[in-house]
Amino acid sequence: MIEILDLTGIATLQDSGRHGWNKFGVPTSGAMDWFAYQAANSLLNNRPNSATVELGLGEFTFRSLRNTVLSVTGAGYEVENYIWTFPLWTTFYVRAGWTVRVKKINGGNWAYIAIAGGFDSPVIMNSRSAYLRGGIGSALKAGDVLHSFTPTTDLLKLAARDFPVDKFMPYSQNPTLEVIPAPQADWFTPEGIRTFYESEYTLSPSFDRMGYRLQGSPIKKAITKELISEGVTVGSIQIPADGQPIVMMADAPTAGGYPKIANVARASLPLLAQCEAGVSRIRFRETTVEEAHEKHKLLCRAGF
Amino acid sequence: MLKPLGDSAILIQLGDAIDPALNQRVHALSALLQSIPAVIETIPAYCTILVHYDPLGTTYNQIKNLIEEKISHLDESTHRPSRRLEIPVLYGNASGPDLEPAATTLALSPSELIRLHSEREYTVYMMGFTPGFPYMGILDERLTLPRLSTPRTRVPAGSVAIAGSQTGIYPVDSPGGWHILGHTPLKLFDPLSESPFLFAPGDTVKFTPLPEGEGQG
Repeated sequence: MIEILDLTGIATLQDSGRHGWNKFGVPTSGAMDWFAYQAANSLLNNRPNSATVELGLGEFTFRSLRNTVLSVTGAGYEVENYIWTFPLWTTFYVRAGWTVRVKKINGGNWAYIAIAGGFDSPVIMNSRSAYLRGGIGSALKAGDVLHSFTPTTDLLKLAARDFPVDKFMPYSQNPTLEVIPAPQADWFTPEGIRTFYESEYTLSPSFDRMGYRLQGSPIKKAITKELISEGVTVGSIQIPADGQPIVMMADAPTAGGYPKIANVARASLPLLAQCEAGVSRIRFRETTVEEAHEKHKLLCRAGF
Repeated sequence: MLKPLGDSAILIQLGDAIDPALNQRVHALSALLQSIPAVIETIPAYCTILVHYDPLGTTYNQIKNLIEEKISHLDESTHRPSRRLEIPVLYGNASGPDLEPAATTLALSPSELIRLHSEREYTVYMMGFTPGFPYMGILDERLTLPRLSTPRTRVPAGSVAIAGSQTGIYPVDSPGGWHILGHTPLKLFDPLSESPFLFAPGDTVKFTPLPEGEGQG
């Protein structure tokens, strides 16, 4: 159980997502960086679907109301507990009454704060993930008390664990994202396709949980007819009339009417999620579904 | 026609039009796909189905073959009996601020417009844009209008509206560019309910005009 003392940026509870409601227009939601989220829970032996605090572009200060163990993962943050500073991807023991601050430093966007046992909150439509645009769940704020389940593992066994993130997820300011050509890839000119794979893109500052707008060389279309709206998924790269890519993220609408040039592979989504607006230089590399499955499996096997 | 959309979804394209018969095939196939174990969920749209699958539970070729097998059985399968819903609507005045201007543009009287909108049965082609928004069609072609040139910043929940060849209902207060003809007192989306949505894709819907003074509850 923790009490939020101070909070800037945007913080919500997120789990592995809300499944089964896409056909009704409800996005899957869930963590923006699925790898950091799963690692945060895995470090504490939590159940894989446990809710964590997702902190975006801000600082999160809380007091623990019980003795507990916490883990913080993600990119662009560090953890401060009085005179100590912890790096991310570790677990640390916190006594009742201690104050902890998750502090924004350079790079990255999202941090995941997991507690031994997992956070307890109302389950809405089979998930604890907030979807603020749809009125599901709410943004966390100072004064909120977050409850947690009783951990199944002895706290002392959970403390001071490290996750060797460098071995598994190459977070970078200049990532190359692996993408699979999407159903409308043939709507673009050969030159447009070359532009997409050979130039660099930056992340626009107006990004959010719904979508990442990229900026760079515009991508030219060969077919300009209207697409009849069809389902989209996390990682779908839509190209609207101005030729600048928009990547669908966790809270994106379930359907869209812009042609899609490609779709970011699961293994690369965390790299995109943590790109820094205006700073990161993003490139794309074509891959196949089979290769993408292999990489995803390796991450899941090796990482957790 | 099957194409991957990323490494955990496949797009099935059954045609390339907004057409009631084609859309019925979409919903029939979407229902058949639920029996494939690796399928997490489907998004039936106008003429496509996006199938989300668990990449840890199948290979691309396995899931592709299973889907193709379902497609080959599509025509002999009995279509899922769709539900038929009657939706009470209070047309015009404060409930439907665009009824009169729309009637003027279409060279109809408001009562003719109401009759043409409410005498037809519609199909919920797909849902989306906001949770629980049903895209329904096809409107009588005498009711075809482009969207509002300036969308409203707030359309109240329950607003029954038309645009192009389609009609829809706003489930929650949201921005919107459709012409608001009326209002239904029914609740379309309740996240805390066991069944949060009034509509499902594939449903058959008919509007029933309410006499004035009712439906304000």
